[in-house]
Amino acid sequence: MTQLTTIDYVVMAIYFVVVLGIGWALRRMMRTSSDFFLSGRSLPPWVTGLAFLSANLGAQEVIGMGASGAKYGLATSHFYWIGAIPAMVFVGIFMMPFYYGSKARSVPEYLKLRFDEKTRTFNAFGFAAMTIFSSGVSMYAMGKLLNLLLGWDFDTSILVSAAIVLAYVTLGGLTSAIYNEVLQFFMIVFGFAPLVWVGLKQVGGWDGMTSKLAAAATQRGLPEYAYTNVWQGMGSATTNSIGIEWFGMVMGLGFVLSFGYWCTDFLVVQRAMAADSMTAARRTPLIAAVPKMFFPFLVIVPGMIALAMGDNIIPAKLTAAGTPLLDTNGNVVLDYDLATPMMLVKLFPTGMLGLGLTALIASFMSGMAGNVTAFNTVWTYDIYQAHIRTQASDEHYLWMGRMATVGGIALSVAAAYVAGAFNNIMEFLQLVFAFVNAPLFATFALGMFWKRSTGHGAFWGLFAGTVAPAIHHGISLANGATPGVKGGFFGVMLTYPSEMAQTFWTAVAAFTTCFVVTILVSLATTPRQDAELEGLVYSLTPTPQDNVKAWYEKPSVFALVVLAAMVLLNVLFF
Amino acid sequence: MDLRYPIALLFVVLGAILTVFGVMTGSDTAMYERSAGININLAWGVVMIVFGAIMYGLAALARRRQSA
Repeated sequence: MTQLTTIDYVVMAIYFVVVLGIGWALRRMMRTSSDFFLSGRSLPPWVTGLAFLSANLGAQEVIGMGASGAKYGLATSHFYWIGAIPAMVFVGIFMMPFYYGSKARSVPEYLKLRFDEKTRTFNAFGFAAMTIFSSGVSMYAMGKLLNLLLGWDFDTSILVSAAIVLAYVTLGGLTSAIYNEVLQFFMIVFGFAPLVWVGLKQVGGWDGMTSKLAAAATQRGLPEYAYTNVWQGMGSATTNSIGIEWFGMVMGLGFVLSFGYWCTDFLVVQRAMAADSMTAARRTPLIAAVPKMFFPFLVIVPGMIALAMGDNIIPAKLTAAGTPLLDTNGNVVLDYDLATPMMLVKLFPTGMLGLGLTALIASFMSGMAGNVTAFNTVWTYDIYQAHIRTQASDEHYLWMGRMATVGGIALSVAAAYVAGAFNNIMEFLQLVFAFVNAPLFATFALGMFWKRSTGHGAFWGLFAGTVAPAIHHGISLANGATPGVKGGFFGVMLTYPSEMAQTFWTAVAAFTTCFVVTILVSLATTPRQDAELEGLVYSLTPTPQDNVKAWYEKPSVFALVVLAAMVLLNVLFF
Repeated sequence: MDLRYPIALLFVVLGAILTVFGVMTGSDTAMYERSAGININLAWGVVMIVFGAIMYGLAALARRRQSA
């Protein structure tokens, strides 16, 4: 357990004072529900762009990607490169004109405008439940980590962090959440960059790290490039560290999962919808893509350094009795989730340790606030206003937004305690939400680019696309896993080389089913008139005019530069 | 409000604290052994002050342009 000193607490306290100060300074500007839920559509693109990225920088990201870096090496970068950049470019260039131009106040509301009420409601309830659950899991992970690392009381950690998020979101609405997400982005960069610098110095620079990782890979029966290259060895699932072949990676992660998340998840799209113009909204995901590309060097490399350092940096997982957990071969199972936190504790002296831990806590709170602001908007506009009180005043919906923030935080705290009490239930719920998310891109793609698709097609496509992955999961299992939450509960008919391969192919099953069912049902039902779909479908919407002075300021030019940079990174670390 | 002002304030204050602490503990070689012998508090404190100053400069420049 690590003891913090006064200087560490001073650093943390100053950060939290500024966070709350931003909420306090913005409270007078929240006059209408549009101010509270959409920032009055008044934010510049550099702010919405960094918030677009930071809203996704929750605990699971910072801790989880460090863990994957220690477990799989640089191949984890697929989640940042092919698993993010093409989708971010696509949503910015092709989908944002519909989200922003249709004046929809949320992603479910776009579904209402394009399809019908039942499709919107199906999406709104699933999304609202998912945000509460994600926020709760983030809180639970933070409370557990701070207890393990610093000996802080679990209840106090959760309640204090929840109170801080509640205060600044209730006071300043979405603007406060976005401003603090940008602040948290810089804190994470400045908290983790010195960790990489010092860590690389400890292992003899980049070359020293790669040679140590080559030795570690060989020792584990993998090719020596397994931890330091991203595409080499992807020809077969057995010759790379993550256990999946290139086609499953490109289709499952690069297409279905990444487009499903970055193009349809209201948590991130809401940031772009707060931008001050159509051009700013289109630039938002493109601006986010630039730091996103380089984030592997900030969050994955610390895990790789931990693996290269050896020295028992990564502790063993413990059983309930407190003894090291052993796998079926009698080897100690390492707790990779502690790779990044242990690096902070081992490499940072007093002072910098306070900054590093503040960055870690900032990432937890960033994810929590992002989920809560998305929840309060969907609850107020897509559930409360749509089904409970349809004709109230704007002041009433502003009040309801604040109440939804309080309710959302309270439910998140409850979810955190459920996560602590029933770990397997949370794992199961995580799986269920993966089923809900995977088919979404098919619905949106057909809605935006095929005017013949209908509300009935979208609804039944989404429904079938949620059931199909559940069935696929029930008949498949990863090598070495036991039937249950991990799959195979209907009997094992398909076997995958790794859990990641199983996840990616489950997503492909969801997308394909949703896509096919939506088309078939749409062809059997009556479409809406063209006049009703103007501004909602690509072929019926004028090409957006960018208010830029020179050709190189156009979002499409920016997008090409971003894609070229991503290709270059993949070539450099092939 | 221009977000660059609170960012500048936070980074200059935190950077100054780390810099002063780094100067005060500079002779404590045992303390900085873990960070590869680098006085990381001093070095990173200065980097944070510079970043804060840049953010302040950008905000001031934007305000001047707006009023021109």
